[in-house]
Amino acid sequence: MQEIVRMVDILKVYPNGIVANQKVNFSIVEGEIHALVGENGAGKSTLMKILFGIEQPTEGSIVLNGQEVKFSNPQEAIKHGIGMVHQHFMLVPSLTVAENIVLGDEPKKAGGLLDIQKAIADTAEIAKRYHFDIDPKAKVEDCSVGTKQKIEILKALFHGAKVLILDEPTAVLTPQETSELFKELMLLKDKGHTIVFISHKLNEVKEITDRITIMRAGKDVGTYDTDKVSKEDISNLMVGREIVWDLDKSKAEPRDVAVQVENVTLVNEHKRKLLDDVNFSIRKGEILGVVGVEGNGQRELVDVLTGLQQASLGTITINGENIQRYSIRKIRDLGLSHIPEDRMTLGVAEYASIEENLLSIYFDKPEFLNGPFMKLKQINAWAKEKVVDYRVKTGSEKTPVKMLSGGNIQKVVVAREFSNNPKVIIADQPTRGIDVGAAQFIHKKLIELRDKGCAVLLVSADLTEVMDLSDSLVVFYNGRIVGYFEDASLLSETELGLYMLGLKAQSEAEIRRCVYA
Amino acid sequence: MLKQWLKKQSVDSKFETLRFSVAIIIALLVAFGLILLVSKEPFEALRHLFLGPISKFRKIGNVVETAIPLTFLGLSVSVMFSANQFNMGSSGALFMGGTVAAIVGLTLPLPTGIHPLVALLFAGVVGGIITSIPAIIKLKWNASELVSSLMLNFVALNLGLYLIMNHFRDPDAGTLASFKFPATALLPTLVKGTRIHFGIFIVILMVIVIWLFLAKTKWGYALRMTGMNMNFAKYSGISTAAVILYSQFIGGFLAGMAGAVEVLGMYDRFRWQMMPTYAFDGVIVAVLGKRNPIFVPVAAILLAYIRVGADTMSVNSDVSYEMISIIQGFIIIMIAANAFLKHYRQKMVVKEATSHD
Amino acid sequence: MINLLTPEFLFTVIRVTTPILLAAMAAVICNKAGVVNIALEGIMLTSALTGVLISGFTQNLWLGALGGIVGGVFIAFLLAYFALYLKTDIILGGIALNLLTVGGTVFVMFAITGDKGATNSVRSLQFPSINIPFIQDIPIIGQMLSGHNLLTYLAIVMVFLVYFLLYKTTFGLRLRAVGENPDAASSVGIDVNRIQLYALLLSGVIASFGGMYMSMAYLKVFTTNMVAGRGYIALAAAAMGQANPVGTSIASLLFGFMESFGYQLQSRGIPSQFINMVPYVSTIIGLVLYAQYRQRQIAKKKIQKIHEEEVKA
Repeated sequence: MQEIVRMVDILKVYPNGIVANQKVNFSIVEGEIHALVGENGAGKSTLMKILFGIEQPTEGSIVLNGQEVKFSNPQEAIKHGIGMVHQHFMLVPSLTVAENIVLGDEPKKAGGLLDIQKAIADTAEIAKRYHFDIDPKAKVEDCSVGTKQKIEILKALFHGAKVLILDEPTAVLTPQETSELFKELMLLKDKGHTIVFISHKLNEVKEITDRITIMRAGKDVGTYDTDKVSKEDISNLMVGREIVWDLDKSKAEPRDVAVQVENVTLVNEHKRKLLDDVNFSIRKGEILGVVGVEGNGQRELVDVLTGLQQASLGTITINGENIQRYSIRKIRDLGLSHIPEDRMTLGVAEYASIEENLLSIYFDKPEFLNGPFMKLKQINAWAKEKVVDYRVKTGSEKTPVKMLSGGNIQKVVVAREFSNNPKVIIADQPTRGIDVGAAQFIHKKLIELRDKGCAVLLVSADLTEVMDLSDSLVVFYNGRIVGYFEDASLLSETELGLYMLGLKAQSEAEIRRCVYA
Repeated sequence: MLKQWLKKQSVDSKFETLRFSVAIIIALLVAFGLILLVSKEPFEALRHLFLGPISKFRKIGNVVETAIPLTFLGLSVSVMFSANQFNMGSSGALFMGGTVAAIVGLTLPLPTGIHPLVALLFAGVVGGIITSIPAIIKLKWNASELVSSLMLNFVALNLGLYLIMNHFRDPDAGTLASFKFPATALLPTLVKGTRIHFGIFIVILMVIVIWLFLAKTKWGYALRMTGMNMNFAKYSGISTAAVILYSQFIGGFLAGMAGAVEVLGMYDRFRWQMMPTYAFDGVIVAVLGKRNPIFVPVAAILLAYIRVGADTMSVNSDVSYEMISIIQGFIIIMIAANAFLKHYRQKMVVKEATSHD
Repeated sequence: MINLLTPEFLFTVIRVTTPILLAAMAAVICNKAGVVNIALEGIMLTSALTGVLISGFTQNLWLGALGGIVGGVFIAFLLAYFALYLKTDIILGGIALNLLTVGGTVFVMFAITGDKGATNSVRSLQFPSINIPFIQDIPIIGQMLSGHNLLTYLAIVMVFLVYFLLYKTTFGLRLRAVGENPDAASSVGIDVNRIQLYALLLSGVIASFGGMYMSMAYLKVFTTNMVAGRGYIALAAAAMGQANPVGTSIASLLFGFMESFGYQLQSRGIPSQFINMVPYVSTIIGLVLYAQYRQRQIAKKKIQKIHEEEVKA
């Protein structure tokens, strides 16, 4: 087999200083299905964006069919026969299947008229050639997710793709749709196409791919023939810990229940159950970790707990109060603090100063008010104190948050959320994308608060973090809890990986243990 | 001194200053070009445009008189836009404010001193109601506040005209105007030889009040956070719907007061037959003043100066007054252009970054 | 009783709808391309003036029409340039251009004619009214549909043209793709900025006819601020018609109907100010009713889903 793409020593440093790829080497041969696996943030997507011309490498080169190439935009990659199916579909919902497929390279009649008949015929033809069962005249918005995926693949093929990159194609599919997709992929392979398959799901990787490249923390940790490695090996290579630092953490002494989640279900507008009958408790004085591959319900769990969304069914009580239909304000008044996953959208107003950002949940507290007037001197002194306490590196507390680094912005968020004597903390990816120093600082603070009797829910995609920090763990898969581990320290990553990837699940009774009275 | 001050400013504020200056200069150059194009005596016209406002004491008075409603309107738009709402209702609020003030002036027998204050209060409330309507429509049904507020301006204009012309019109006035206001209702003139009236104190008071409101009160804080990042405000537990409502009401209140102050300070009867030409100028004052109540009067005076200059020019030369709306349009569109002079900013940033070592 | 079903009344409805319909078609193109063109008002005003001036000076109607289009497109180009390339907020840019044109047209009018109220001294030409053979002889229908101004027929044709452009040409396909999902469009090599530029310029052309209808169809004079909010009403019509040419036409017709209804009230001794309010009030009501309807649709769908879920569970 001939090598079709080789990526050599790819280094990618984003403008914000994050190193996404560190000297990655990646090679695929013609006619294979090649898996690219790794944790969230391992650098898979960045690598593929570079191959597809969306991002440009800081260093390193791409060799295509023996010739070095440089893609400054996707159009050039498309011209060279590379196609990509993104995780978020690049489709126009109100247009028909055929229109979506020919978009950008439409068949024309005289005078710029769209030759819709030819578009339909071309679509039908290409669908038939690859045995895809789709109706060219259907509107995309009426199509199922699985069909949309097919349309995306056909679109890439229509634009002449020989190498097809699929970014987590099965994440949104039902098992039936997935097996159909796999049949189609095998057919594409038979017709000489080369496929890069990005996935977390090891069953699928084992089922369909010829070779597998594993990435961890921006580096490639090796390429293997798929049939020569076990799922457990892959899981180990994927989630193996990089750095281990000692956290000064005593054993938790959990007390009574602070947050009770009962039968919570959340249905989205496409009728998918994002949370499916979730039950658990967060006790005072414990850190309950939530793990799972991204997109298995963790974000939605945080949303319903913090009042950003209302659960479709079920009840949530915080310190005995049912929070259904409570405003965010009322929930916060119960002593809940929230470190949001997306700090720039929710966590801060970037053009406002550090001080103003610190103030957003305190500005109408009596101690800061004199009638309707804010006690600005007092607030300023308080803000200065917080900046020092939380080691926010800045010249002044009046600096706009926009000017700070990611880690320092997160410290501002944390300073605000932790200064309230919180009774419950929902920490969603509290250290994502920030430097180690800032992360350690935040970890220490979380443990401090736990020891004061605070109930902490920690959601994180960083396994090192979640395993070191949590006292107990729940694992989410497909919107459900599939495992509960009362003592997180007794757990190995390998074991955890199996639960996260859906290879293993506990019995109902075992899972029910995470509900305390 | 200046150098030191300049050094202390961040790249951003230096760049902003530069951008504002360049925008104003370009707009004035456009005006200059147009005058050259249409005038037989362009330099005479330009002299009047630039020096007219300081040629006579009375003209300086005109600048101040004109700046009063412009400041009110600028504050009005500043408050409304600060909540990130494109509410254009301040002109309708202005017109109805003037109408209501006239009606209060004509119908309520009140003593001097109290009378105009009551008129102002009524005018403010009516103005506030007018600008609240688009906000309510937006909050309740998510319909564009921009379109509904613009439509509402026409409604307010016609409603005001109807009330005055059908119920308070003085047939002996000679022109279409209301009856004469009683002396108790008028805002007294302060400076002899000008029409600078008591309204100047009210507007100064309002600048201070709105500044205090936005910068020092909890409501102002909630308003600013909502405008800067609505999601953040919601996440923090701020009731953004309430914020939008009171911000739009206050904006309309200020515009309503502007109408009242203008009608009771500048005239002895209600004389508006159509929307005053400055009714929409709140937008440019707010944009020029960066929505900061302290800068708003400065922007209003600058604009008033150009207006009086244009007025002098139109009387003394063959160039018409409306030239200023071209200047204004260009100033707004250029100041709002985020990518305008972008390359220059990049250079400044690079220079700043490299000069530290 | 006011009789609304006379041929004369329906003739008036069509007459009054014309400028709104033209501007609404311009709005449709912009909405479909994902750009908000608040400047329609200014475009109409400008073209109304330049059309009158050029036709007056050249005494050639077609050159006048060209002049009107050039005037309107110039404003559209300014909006496109600032919004697409200099990243001015497109709404603020539109507001600025509308403010600019209200005074700017008076400035130009005064510079050229020495008059600030109207262009009476310019001998402008008019677009002709046209009797349609056959149809004009049909009783009632003939009275309603025949004898309209050329631009009215153009407006009707424009609905079909816009429909054709949007749904039958490759440009229309790309335009709709850009408006709905610019990322998808650019991922297959479509230049989003360029498509939006063309959409704005095209809307400038179409709205210009609406502007010229104001000054060169039943009148032959430009008067200050004569568009009087029709550009905004057109935006409301496009919103209510969900930027679909047919739905938008119906919404425009509705607003035209309300305005004509107002004229009918005039003879009933209702004060003119209330009659003047009718188009604007009905636009607000229309917007609210439409928004309410849309919300109910969404709510219904959600309830349906919850029910289905419960059934499943």
